[in-house]
Amino acid sequence: MVDAAFIDVPDGTARPSIRMDGDWTLANAGRLCAQIERLAAIRSADGALTVDAAGLGAFDTTGALLLGRLLRHGSTRFADHRIDNMSKADLALLDLVFARLDTLAPPAAKHANFVRMVERVGVWIAGLWQRTRELLGFVGAVLATLAKVVVRRRKLRVTATVFHMEQTGLDAVPIVALLTFLVGAVVAFLGATVLRDFGASIYTVELVSYSFLREFGVLLTAILLAGRSGSAFTAQIGSMKSREELDAIAALGLDPIELLVLPRLLALLVMLPALTVIGMFAGLVGGGIVGSMSLDITPSMFVARLHETTSLRHFWVGMSKAPVFAFLIAAVGCLEGFKVQGSAESVGRHTTASVVQAIFLVIVFDALFAMFFMEIHL
Amino acid sequence: MNEARESVIRVRGLRNVFGKQVVHDGLDLDVYRGEVLGVIGGSGAGKSVLLRSIVGLQEPTDGRVTLFGQDTTRLRPEDRQIIDRRFGLMFQDGALFSSLTVLENVKVPLIENFRLPAGLADEIAMLKIRLAGLPSDAAAKYPAQLSGGMRKRAGLARALALDPEVLFLDEPTSGLDPVGAAAFDALIGTLGDALNLTVFLVTHDLDSLYAICDRVAVISDRRVVVVDRIAVVERHPDPWIRQCFQGPRARSAQSHGSAQGTPA
Repeated sequence: MVDAAFIDVPDGTARPSIRMDGDWTLANAGRLCAQIERLAAIRSADGALTVDAAGLGAFDTTGALLLGRLLRHGSTRFADHRIDNMSKADLALLDLVFARLDTLAPPAAKHANFVRMVERVGVWIAGLWQRTRELLGFVGAVLATLAKVVVRRRKLRVTATVFHMEQTGLDAVPIVALLTFLVGAVVAFLGATVLRDFGASIYTVELVSYSFLREFGVLLTAILLAGRSGSAFTAQIGSMKSREELDAIAALGLDPIELLVLPRLLALLVMLPALTVIGMFAGLVGGGIVGSMSLDITPSMFVARLHETTSLRHFWVGMSKAPVFAFLIAAVGCLEGFKVQGSAESVGRHTTASVVQAIFLVIVFDALFAMFFMEIHL
Repeated sequence: MNEARESVIRVRGLRNVFGKQVVHDGLDLDVYRGEVLGVIGGSGAGKSVLLRSIVGLQEPTDGRVTLFGQDTTRLRPEDRQIIDRRFGLMFQDGALFSSLTVLENVKVPLIENFRLPAGLADEIAMLKIRLAGLPSDAAAKYPAQLSGGMRKRAGLARALALDPEVLFLDEPTSGLDPVGAAAFDALIGTLGDALNLTVFLVTHDLDSLYAICDRVAVISDRRVVVVDRIAVVERHPDPWIRQCFQGPRARSAQSHGSAQGTPA
C-alpha cells in the first residue's frame, strides 16, 4: 500500500481537475487537510471539478469527508462533479458521507463571559433556595412518618434499625475512639506548650475536659459519621433509586421513608450519642496520657482535678447536641440519596454533596449552639 | 460466495474456565472478511465471554485467537494496541463515558490515537454521529439525557470512530422496541455494506439473524455447534436449536425475514 496521500492539480485544463493518490485515511488526515485547504483557496468560482481516483489507495470515512469538503462548494451538487476511476464501494461510501455533510457543524460551545457568570451565580442561588426547601420538606415528611410510628399507624422496622445501628455505630467505634484519642493528646500538648510558660500546666486538665465534653467529642464524632454513614446512606439509597427499586417500593404501596429513612435515622439517633460518649472518654484518656508522660500530672491527679473543676453540665451541653447532629446527618444523607437520577455518576455526585452539606450543617449548628449556651450562661 | 475467503478472526480450541464452571471447551470459529456473523445461544452459554476473549478483555484459559493473521496469545502489548484500533466494539448499553457529551465520547478515540488538524476531529465525530442515525442536536447531550436506543446509537458512533475493519456488537437490539430494533438492524446492514465492515453480532434477537446475518453460529454445550447460513442452521437437529427456531417467536421472525427478502 502507498502511504502517501496527496492531490495533484494538472494545469491548463478548462475544468479544474484533481488527481487523488495514495491512502485517503484517518492516519493521513493532517496532510490531506492541509492540501484541501490550499486547493479550496485557488479553485475557480463555479466549482465543478473532475476527480480522477485512479491512484487512490485506501479510502475511509475521513477521506470521504475531506473529499466531500472540497466538492461541496457554493451551490454545487454532488452530481455536478465528475468522478472517474473510483471503485463502486468507494463511491457508495462517498455518497453516504456526502448526504450527511450539510449538518456537520458541531454545536457551538458557549463561551465564558460576564453574562454567563451572572447567570451561574443566579442559578446557584436559586438552587440553594431550592435545596433548603427540599431539605425542610423532607424533614417534615420524616417527622410526620416518625409521629405515625409513635402512634402505631406505621410499623417500626426493628430488624433494619438494629442492622443500621451495627453498621453506623458498632463498626465505627474503633475509628471514633482512635481519632478522638489522638486529638485529645494533641490538645493536651498544645495546652502544655502554652500554659507551661505561666506555670499553669495543671490547667491542661480543664482545657482537655472542657473542649472534649462541650465541643470536640460530639463534633469529631459527627463529622466522622457524616463522612462514614451519611455518605453510605446516600450511596445505598441512591443506587436503589438508579435501579428503580424506590419506584418498586412505591408501586407495592409501601412508604420509602418508613422503610429506608426511619431505620437509618433512628439508628443514628441512638448511636451518635453513644459514640459521642466514647469519643469524649477517649479524648480525655488521650489528654491524660500526654499529661502523665510529659507534664508530671499523674493519672490520679488528672482524675481528681477533673472531679474538682469540671461540672457535669459540660457533659450535658455536649450530649444535647448529639441527637441534633444525628438528625441532620441522616436527613441530608437520605435526601441526597433520593435525589439521585439515573447514572452511576449521579450517585457519586450526590454522595459528595451529602458529605459536604452534612459537615457544613453540623459546624453551622455547632456555632449556633455555642452562641446559645453562652447567652444562657451554661 | 467464493471459497478462498480471508478469515479475519480465527479461534481454535478456546477454553474458558471460571472456578469450576467450564464456559468454553474446544471452541472453534472463523469469521471471514466482509460477512455479518450472528452468534446466538442460551443465556449463560458464553456468547459475551467469547466476544470478550476475542477482543482481549478476557484472557482465555487455553486455546488460540488469531486476528488478522496474528496470534494474540504471543503479542506484545504495543502490537496488541495496533490491532485493537482495527476493531470497533459496541457494548450492550453503549458504555458511554457519562461525564462527556456524545460528541466528546466519539472524539476520544480520534484524539487519543491521531494528531488531527483543528476542527477536523469535531467534523469526523459529527459525521460518525450522523452515520449512526442520530440527529445533530444529540451531539451536545450527555448520555444520561438520551434514551436507551439513542445511547446504543451513540455507542455505535464511538465504535465507528476509527473506521474499524471489524465491528463487534453485543446485543445491539436488546431493550429496543420492535420498530427501533428493525431500524437498528437496517442501519447495521447499510453501514456494513458502505464501510465494508466485518460484523460480529452477539444477539438474542431472531429478527436480526434473519434480517442481516450472512451466517449464524450457535453456541451450545461449550462449543460452536453449527455455523452456517440461517436456512441450514434452523434445520440442525440440536435440541436447543430446534426449540429456538421452532417456537412461535421464530415463526414470526421467519415470515418477516422472507417478506423483507434476502439481499440480492
